Amino acid sequence: MILTVEGLSFKYPGREVIRDANFSVSKGDFLAVLGTNGAGKSTLLKCMGRVLKPYKGTVYVGGDDALSLGRRELAKRIGYVAQRNESVRTTVFDAVLLGRKPYIQWEASQKDLEIAREALQMLELEKYSLRYLNELSGGEQQKVAIARAMAQKPELLLLDEPTSSLDLKNQLEVAKIIKRAVKDRHIAAVVIMHDVNLAIRFADKFLLLKDGEIFTAGGIEVMTAGNIEDVYSVRVQVGRIGDVPVVVPV
Amino acid sequence: MGINHFEQAWARKESSVLGYHKFTARKKAVIMLLFLLIAIASMFAVNAGSAELNVLQVVQAVLGYGTDISALVIWQIRLPRIVAAIIAGAGLSVAGCVMQNNLRNPLASPSTLGISNAAAFGANLAIIVFGAGSIQSAGADAVIINNPYVVTSFAFVWAMVGMAIILLLARLRGFSPEAMVLAGVALSSLFSAGTMLIQYFAQDVQIAAAVFWTFGDLGRVSWREVIILACLISLSLVYFILRRWDYNALDSGEETAKGLGVHVENVRLGGMFVASLITAAAVSFVGIIGFIGLVGPQIMRRIVGGDHRYLIPASALMGSLLLLVSDTLARTMLAPVVLPVGAITSFFGAPLFLYLLARGHSKK
Repeated sequence: MILTVEGLSFKYPGREVIRDANFSVSKGDFLAVLGTNGAGKSTLLKCMGRVLKPYKGTVYVGGDDALSLGRRELAKRIGYVAQRNESVRTTVFDAVLLGRKPYIQWEASQKDLEIAREALQMLELEKYSLRYLNELSGGEQQKVAIARAMAQKPELLLLDEPTSSLDLKNQLEVAKIIKRAVKDRHIAAVVIMHDVNLAIRFADKFLLLKDGEIFTAGGIEVMTAGNIEDVYSVRVQVGRIGDVPVVVPV
Repeated sequence: MGINHFEQAWARKESSVLGYHKFTARKKAVIMLLFLLIAIASMFAVNAGSAELNVLQVVQAVLGYGTDISALVIWQIRLPRIVAAIIAGAGLSVAGCVMQNNLRNPLASPSTLGISNAAAFGANLAIIVFGAGSIQSAGADAVIINNPYVVTSFAFVWAMVGMAIILLLARLRGFSPEAMVLAGVALSSLFSAGTMLIQYFAQDVQIAAAVFWTFGDLGRVSWREVIILACLISLSLVYFILRRWDYNALDSGEETAKGLGVHVENVRLGGMFVASLITAAAVSFVGIIGFIGLVGPQIMRRIVGGDHRYLIPASALMGSLLLLVSDTLARTMLAPVVLPVGAITSFFGAPLFLYLLARGHSKK
């Protein structure tokens, strides 16, 4: 197992946001985390990446307690992409090179530069290498953030709505890139998604959150009309167009 | 075409790792150019002044072959002043650069947290309550500080007290930038009010001495103060340079920085502590010098970008250049009258800052 979450609970003052979450992720898994706004998806992801500290429970990464690992060591194992990334006056290459920060002692080595270039290539961003980040569109900036996480060479990617600000073409492209990275690099990805159809098409594991609790988790078999209706309070039909599974609200 | 347009043109033209090497080489060239400009400005500064020395006399004095008078003017008056301008300018500018990053606020500067006001309060306390300043006669240079070490010590101690209060208050809110800025604004008002109250009950001569102290003046430092400032600011620069990758990560957002292994609270606490320490030392020794900490990093951000590997040294050098040029102007504009350098930096800094602001706005 790359990731094991045991009894994880998190609360903001006076409000428990995540209650007793238990699940695990193996190498090669593309886990989509689904649920309504405010269900606790981002909070759960932040607890896994130690951006937030849970008040109860444990997160194991590759068998080690993530809460007691050094931050630098954890950053070598987990690549975290936040929902919002700041648009700063730095080049795209430098922004991606920053992903090598956990490995850099004094100055970026030739190897670090090559890894950054590979990550840019993977996200098809090479042509923007020396453009300033604040000159790119929101979607392109989102891809830069993913490339930075890839440059960390992690065994687990935690992505908070990576497709939310992308157009349809880029949504499909990014989902494909994540899927390919998971298979080729033999890593795992936990991805918060709002588009159920995109999730059902690319992910192989699903975790449905409702009011801070895991409603259900598992393979494609948990994505039934009944479960989706219970989580989103919307009537749906689950069908197929050719080989592609689709969820249609009715 | 402005220099940042050249920068953008380079940015679009080149790609790949090779292009990146060329791109960073240009940033290094900008830093070398700043060194050269400081050297040229220093040569002008050492030749400028009310004592009528020609270039040959200056060169002889610098090399140790001058007359006693020229040696005194060069080695005891002009050179300490020039070195102090280079060091204090670097310190104030780099402190502003780190504060802008740590507080996530492009308007942050050494005066944002009220450290300068706290130092001014300390100086007023020393001069007015403890009698460390007075007026000797009615001449132009009449105001004297009887015991400059007491004033400097009071200014420094109160600046550090101000910093400690701000950091303790901010600690309650996890060192969030908002908490630090708000605590700074509140403390700034409190120390200003304290200064006003002290001055209200003071005699005219004491007020004059206190006001004179607040004028930024590089002429009040001797080699001893220059060496203390140099040690402190050099060590701080090393600290900031060691943290440069952390500051780059912080620029990408707090969550991203945490995801990259940065202990955000510790980096902020350390950055603000060291930046405040530099400010406290600089203000205590040379008085209040505005705008260097705001304008220096802003100019360099537009030229070398936001990468702190280049921005930190470039900001320090730009601060040195700005303060050195301002001080030379202060000494020569109405010679033999020496204007307060703090007034010159604010006088030229404010329009320059507005220009940068307008230019940034029209670009958007």
